Amino acid sequence: MSLLEVKNLRVTFDTETGKVEAVRGVSFSLGHERLGIVGESGSGKTMTGRSVLRLIRPPGRIEADAMTFDGQDILHASEREMRALRGKRIGMVMQDPKYSLNPVMTVGRQLTEGLRLRDGLGRADATAKAIAALEAVQIRDPARVMEAYPHELSGGMGQRVMIAMMLIPEPELLIADEPTSALDVTVQAEVLSILDGLVRDRGMGLIFISHDLRLVARFCDRVLVMHKGLVVEEIAAAHLMEAKHPYTRGLLNCLPRIGGPREPLPVLDRAGF
Amino acid sequence: MTSIPAPPSRSRLLPLVKQILLGLGTLAITLLGLLLITFIIARVVPTDPVLSIVGERATEAQIAAIREKLGLDLPMWQQFAIYVWDAMRGDLGNSIKTGAPVASEIARYFPATLELATLGTIFGTLVGVPAGVLAATRPGSISDQIVRVVGLMGYSMPVFWLGLIGLLVFYGQLDWVAGPGRLDPTYDMMMEFTLTSYTGMILIDSALNGAWDVFGNAVSHIILPAGLLGYVSMAYISRMTRSFMMNELGQEYITTARVKGMPEWRVIWVHAMKNVLVPLITVIALSYAYLLEGSVLTETIFAWPGLGSYITDALFSADMPAVLGGTVVVGVAFVTLNMASDILYRLVDPRART
Repeated sequence: MSLLEVKNLRVTFDTETGKVEAVRGVSFSLGHERLGIVGESGSGKTMTGRSVLRLIRPPGRIEADAMTFDGQDILHASEREMRALRGKRIGMVMQDPKYSLNPVMTVGRQLTEGLRLRDGLGRADATAKAIAALEAVQIRDPARVMEAYPHELSGGMGQRVMIAMMLIPEPELLIADEPTSALDVTVQAEVLSILDGLVRDRGMGLIFISHDLRLVARFCDRVLVMHKGLVVEEIAAAHLMEAKHPYTRGLLNCLPRIGGPREPLPVLDRAGF
Repeated sequence: MTSIPAPPSRSRLLPLVKQILLGLGTLAITLLGLLLITFIIARVVPTDPVLSIVGERATEAQIAAIREKLGLDLPMWQQFAIYVWDAMRGDLGNSIKTGAPVASEIARYFPATLELATLGTIFGTLVGVPAGVLAATRPGSISDQIVRVVGLMGYSMPVFWLGLIGLLVFYGQLDWVAGPGRLDPTYDMMMEFTLTSYTGMILIDSALNGAWDVFGNAVSHIILPAGLLGYVSMAYISRMTRSFMMNELGQEYITTARVKGMPEWRVIWVHAMKNVLVPLITVIALSYAYLLEGSVLTETIFAWPGLGSYITDALFSADMPAVLGGTVVVGVAFVTLNMASDILYRLVDPRART
């Protein structure tokens, strides 16, 4: 049985000027594999990811024909049941650690909070677990990072802290929403390899949201291409470069190549879809 | 793997001590500036201190004698130095009206204002912050509307009117609270003659003396004016809390806390509140300082012998030393509060510490 099953997901925002549909009927299923979701800004990929955690802020509404996680109905689950899933069994890494970590709490407090509050661990046990998690994301001086505030960390370190925080409860599914977009290219590679190793070792399911086609092709098993709230193409990552859909082809044509012709990149032709 | 930049040294106390010392330095400079301004005002206003002492029919010799006694024949800078030196020793000159030292008069009046303003700020914060949070977590709901309307009334209704209506209803009609003044006359006498005065604040002094009947009477006197001032500052604090909280709840770290499965109370009161506190401290300090300046209207309506009415009375009788002495005290209170809020601000916001 698959880990996550989503059928005809719609996310609607009721605004004063009428309904805005951010996601207009997305279906996919996910096993213990790595699924990439790509698309332009505003294509609905982030909203799709957050819907799985039911973290769409009002006035946004989530509707679907079915949404199950490990056989459990998460569309109609109570808020209490959702809280038990979040953090424990489903985690999410967001784009920019500068905003996704609480600026006035030490890294240590943010890391141990879940362990102490939810799992009722003592201070020493929680600290030991948190330090182990920081070591797992290759932070060299974990004891000192525990004492630090987020603004004292670099972007790459912050994102590793974020990943460590989400991996502490050993979730079965991790949603990574552009986890490397805010990082330098060299740091990106490191963070990705850490993420890659952890997902592989622990056999987690991963939803990797990105607008970087090449990255997704290299990193994932399967790719959903989203456009205007719809999935326009689903394809094995290895075959992404041979995609058929005109939109995917258009995106691929816009990629710059090292050593390629030095002409302006083509503009995405939106007439075809 | 790249090298990891070292976080700064972990001593949290040292920067704070430095900050306090720096603050004290600023405090001294600000106060010197304040004294310079009051000094200049005293020389510029068209009231002649000599004339107001000796009267209109004094001889030239008498006037000259008084001028010399007051030090008015000295050069300006020397007069200023003497003024600063005296102020530092707590000597703000003598009141022209009563002849008593201004400092000791203010020492009698200021505690009344301090007591009232502190209680008002406590009311305003205890009600305003939860009200603002409630409104922010349910924008557009009935509770949001109620907080908004009640706050708007606090903003827009004149204090003297609210005070009069309050007296009329709670004192005149319902008789739930005592009327104007700090104490009933009997208790006032008790306070004056049988109890030891430690702070000049009746609530604290009577409690320290164990005189609970006096304490009770003082509570019943202060509750209405303090509630009134509390309402006004609550209106301000709840609006600001609402907007700060709305802003924080839209931040990404709030999503992180929710992804971690934190319960909603913790998301709001720990994760968001710790960030709301940073700007809120300044707001509360400002509103406290505003009340400390002595709310003249409230003090007048409730016959409250505080700094506001002291300065106003002094103004009407052109008692310049008293007016300026009061101004200096208000200034000191203002600057001290600002410094306190600066230090608190650094305590809650690690980014402001380094």
